[in-house]
Amino acid sequence: MKRWMWAALLAVLAALALLVAVGCDEEEAATQTPQATPAATQTAQVQATATATQAAQVTATATQIVRGPKDIILATTTSTQDTGLLDTLVPMFDQQTGYNVKVIAVGSGQALAMGERGDADVLLVHAPSSEVPLVDSGAAINRQLVMHNDFIIVGPESDPGGVKGMTAVDALTAIYNKGATFVNRGDDSGTDKAEKALWKKAGVDPAGQSWYEQSGQGMGASLQIANQTNAYILADRGTYLATRENLDLVILVEGDPALFNIYHVMQVNPEKFDLVNGPGGAAFVEFMVSDATQAIIKDFGVDKYGQALFIPDAGKDEAQLTP
Amino acid sequence: MDLIWDGLGEAIRIMRSGDFSVWEIAVRSIFVSGTATAVSLFLGVVVGSLIAFNQFPGRNLAFSLVNTGMGLPPVVVGLMVAIMLWRSGPLGEFRLIYTPTAMIIAQTVIAAPIVTGFTAAALRNLHPKLRSQLYGLGASRLQMLRLVLWEAKLPLLAAVMAGFGGAISEIGASQMVGGNLAGDTRVMTTAIMLEVQRGEFAPAIALSVILLALIFVVNLILTTVQQQERRS
Repeated sequence: MKRWMWAALLAVLAALALLVAVGCDEEEAATQTPQATPAATQTAQVQATATATQAAQVTATATQIVRGPKDIILATTTSTQDTGLLDTLVPMFDQQTGYNVKVIAVGSGQALAMGERGDADVLLVHAPSSEVPLVDSGAAINRQLVMHNDFIIVGPESDPGGVKGMTAVDALTAIYNKGATFVNRGDDSGTDKAEKALWKKAGVDPAGQSWYEQSGQGMGASLQIANQTNAYILADRGTYLATRENLDLVILVEGDPALFNIYHVMQVNPEKFDLVNGPGGAAFVEFMVSDATQAIIKDFGVDKYGQALFIPDAGKDEAQLTP
Repeated sequence: MDLIWDGLGEAIRIMRSGDFSVWEIAVRSIFVSGTATAVSLFLGVVVGSLIAFNQFPGRNLAFSLVNTGMGLPPVVVGLMVAIMLWRSGPLGEFRLIYTPTAMIIAQTVIAAPIVTGFTAAALRNLHPKLRSQLYGLGASRLQMLRLVLWEAKLPLLAAVMAGFGGAISEIGASQMVGGNLAGDTRVMTTAIMLEVQRGEFAPAIALSVILLALIFVVNLILTTVQQQERRS
């Protein structure tokens, strides 16, 4: 192989890289709205620059161009992503407002921690008892009720603990007494917090028991683990319904008022953190509680699962929701 | 077992239908990891030749550090880069977190030590008299480096393959600093993880097959170049 062949190979690689950069441009331009096109072009420029020049310049160029209030970081729970709700709502929001929402799906615990440090602009979470301190501390503002659904206890059809039809507290007590395998999220998420509150209510502490497994993962992944190990698990109804076709687990406990699951949206306080996108966060909160969005939430999942995954609650009094 | 056949069927279906989102993810994977590898090659050659050709106190320490870097756990790199790039971090104001640029940075941190290690080893294994001979023939320092690198081009290609392999196959760092955003920072590995979490195993297997095919093609090209060079 001669030197010119090496040069040719290099040229082909460079051309490929350029093609990729241009390709990204087209893709993004195609999916973006007219308002958002400047952002798309900017991203493409960054990528083109990145291809053309060295790493040090990537940082510098990105700094100059991406700065600006176009991007909104939404920290949220895994359930809103695993159900596909945000896949429906976020593109609508982007199109209506020209913002570009980046959905970071983590547990409610991590989402709240991101809010506390100013690493996100807006939060959509379901851990009311942990949300209130965040608002009180001034890190979050404009907290609004969005929707609710409920938790369910699912497990193998054989139901080794015999919990079918019980209340949540009785079911957990029975599972404890039987020592039946139970999968716990263990990730400080809203579901994890709700489950631990229920154990407390039942007056038993499963921590450290050999049958009490901590998955440390999101709702969808934890359901898979419970499915594989024939275990019981507390899940939000939305994620269970959305992934039911891949599960052998059945609903054993439901309809208990203690299993309420309430979602709030809130802005991270832009006055407390310089980099937080205040107008963007406010726009997203407004969008989530608007009549049009609430109407979509009301019908979301009906066509696919035969029932709604969430019940819209904007403007309602939370005290009247909570049993 | 049925699952595997379902997955393979799904893979063929996706590749034949030219499913746009899958190709988009594949192209992004190559772009991100390819850029990271290119940057790593630059850094690797500079640092690798510095520690291979120069005698200085702590040279063995430098070698050990590079070799340790070759085994950096991607998730640790992800955490470190995320801490730097989060808005609350020291580089937060650049707003790089959850962008492809952030992923390129993280993958560069993963791939650069690999490329550096391979490069340093390759240069050290050249005939020890080669350099003194080149100097003797009146080569300048830069000319010498060029000729020596040319001499070591086959192991350098291996370095590129190893670096690219490390970058494109990691998931921890991409997930943490990229956020797995659809149409923005979703790459093959994070897409596979997402499908698994949703319990959609067939598309996950399909994506895995496509990822393997992708790595295979890239390595096939590089290996072909390498072999042809060896024969000529």
